[in-house]
Amino acid sequence: MTTDLAGLKTNRRRVLGGLAAGGALMLGAAPRFVQAQSSAPIKLGFQLHRTGIGAAYGRWYERTTQAALKLLNDQGGINGRPVEIVFEDDGTDPKRGAEVVEKLTTQAGCDLIFGPLFSHVVIGSAPRAGELKVPYLVCSEGYHVASGMLNRWTLQPGITDVRAQVSSMAPWVMQNLGKKVTMVFPDYAFGHDHRDFFTEAVKAQGGEVIAQIAIPPTETSFTRYLPQIPAETEVLYHVMVGPAVLTFVKELGEFYGSGARPQIFGFIDSLEAVDTAAPGLEFLEGTHFWEGHCRVKQADAPEWESTYRAAVGVDDNGASVSGARDVATYAHMFSCWETLFVIKKGMEASGYQSTADRQKFVEAIEAMTAFDAGLEHVQGAKTFNGKTHQVFGQQFISKVEGGKLMRVHATSIDDGMYPDAVDYTAQSF
Amino acid sequence: MAAVLALTAVGLSLTFGVMRVVNVAHGEFFMLGAVLAWVVAQAVPSAPLGFVAALILCPLVVGAVAALADTAILKRLNYDPEATIVATIGISYILQQGALSFFGPDARAVEAPFSLRLQFPWFGYSGYKLFVVVAAGLVLLAVWLFMTRSRAGLVMRATQVDRNTARAFGINVDRVYAGTFALGAALAAVAAVLIVPIQQAHYLMGHDPLLLSFIVVIIGGLGSIRGTLIAALLIGLSDGIISMFFTPTLAKIVATLAVALVLVFRPQGLFGARA
Repeated sequence: MTTDLAGLKTNRRRVLGGLAAGGALMLGAAPRFVQAQSSAPIKLGFQLHRTGIGAAYGRWYERTTQAALKLLNDQGGINGRPVEIVFEDDGTDPKRGAEVVEKLTTQAGCDLIFGPLFSHVVIGSAPRAGELKVPYLVCSEGYHVASGMLNRWTLQPGITDVRAQVSSMAPWVMQNLGKKVTMVFPDYAFGHDHRDFFTEAVKAQGGEVIAQIAIPPTETSFTRYLPQIPAETEVLYHVMVGPAVLTFVKELGEFYGSGARPQIFGFIDSLEAVDTAAPGLEFLEGTHFWEGHCRVKQADAPEWESTYRAAVGVDDNGASVSGARDVATYAHMFSCWETLFVIKKGMEASGYQSTADRQKFVEAIEAMTAFDAGLEHVQGAKTFNGKTHQVFGQQFISKVEGGKLMRVHATSIDDGMYPDAVDYTAQSF
Repeated sequence: MAAVLALTAVGLSLTFGVMRVVNVAHGEFFMLGAVLAWVVAQAVPSAPLGFVAALILCPLVVGAVAALADTAILKRLNYDPEATIVATIGISYILQQGALSFFGPDARAVEAPFSLRLQFPWFGYSGYKLFVVVAAGLVLLAVWLFMTRSRAGLVMRATQVDRNTARAFGINVDRVYAGTFALGAALAAVAAVLIVPIQQAHYLMGHDPLLLSFIVVIIGGLGSIRGTLIAALLIGLSDGIISMFFTPTLAKIVATLAVALVLVFRPQGLFGARA
């Protein structure tokens, strides 16, 4: 219609004719459009770390989300409407992250955005989401949501934050591994959460952090940092991210080798997407790891665990079913799955129809208090705090036995609770 | 890793010294070497064999890519300094995004040819890392011999001193340039193959070596191999020692400060001749 108009030489009669025809077309189209409001797909934006230092996570976050989306649509979608997800790469870069938020909101016309993991990207992108008044559901573990640093539009309903994780595990580490701790962590927001809250939790347990070694997250070789670990260290606490994690653990192995070493307690982040049985990692035998979700299927796994693993394409050892070398970021990726089902609940509770209902959606999530364990919450039951926008779940400590991570301890949800630092519900939209 | 830094920097220095081309794509040639090492290591079943094959093949392939880039792009620009900088920035993006498209965004490990580990009383050290130092030293020695003793080296030095006179003496300057560019890139690739069992092949890995190489080359004097070597040792060791006793940020500050001071007080570099 419009091309026809543009191609013609414009005179008054033709324009009027065109307008009349256009008007008739719109009238004809109107009923269909009204109908579309209830059956057009709901469009969700996913801010994905497909490239950059978070690429290993991005690969699995996309697979997990696709699997969750399939299940969601098989169950009938949200409010009777099918759901589609627009994935957009942010290069694990905060500046690009803010642009992706804008692009997904204004160009792709997404109803909301979810999925980013790396804390510096979340901190860089969340203010833009707040300005655009679009719900922004992050999967980042950082304490920046519950600390009050972000805004009312940013929520974290899919994964426990670092503060709760480390404070719930510190007592076990103190009692079973030792009291004098040296921490090795990446030098940015996520690592600083570890530094601040684990140090605090250790002190509360009567232990002491005797050294804190901060390493830039883009570092490629770690040999020169390791001699800084004091000899009297009883527990070495490590958490590392980025493409060099394998180098980090290998060099740690070279450093200690078969000689005397302290107890080692690591965050699985140091080994996400890395095979624990890889050559050079033999020294990890007998060391402990935090896991948000056990990579190796445990003997007492709940019945939905197999369904989840089959859906996301992960075998019982935590590697891809298409190749044993493609190890999943299993301890984190459940957060995308669970967040999608929280979105479903929130949209259904708020009767979400269009972007005009975004505020009602956020209020509906703030009203939630608990999630039951099940196929929609595969990692386990969770408590949600609507004031701080943060969810709290169980944490697991696993020991490497025969090259496999076997769970030796599970915390309770209450172990990780701390006083609220913010009440987002009192803030304006 | 002063030794590997020296290898990369010598490649950069050579390119600038002979051709007067500031090769911003040097870091990406390094990355390309590492990525190809992974490809070769995947194709060859046994780890030591794969490593040796990579050590021979990767520099050749990277050198060929560089020679092609030289004849196809830089030569058409008549080696105009500003234009070549922009062109090499372009080449670096092409290589980086090419690696991203064909190799993927993941870091991939290449197995070391041997996993000897030296146990000292209080800590352990990888035997392979010592091997890298020795190997880098040997390659550097070979480059030095090549430049000072061989006919090709003589031709390259002649071109460096005076391009027009060299041409008047019947030297094919175009070929010398292509060869130098290839040699410089091949040296970066050798460095990458040596380092890849320690680090991992990743499409963004070219940034750090490029920056450090420039620092080294500026401090050592552009075009001076001796200066480059000494500066590489200086920067490599100070980087390690300062990050160990203080912080890695301070190490970078010191290195950058050194560049600034050298530029202010001795613009030709510690061992460079006045242009």
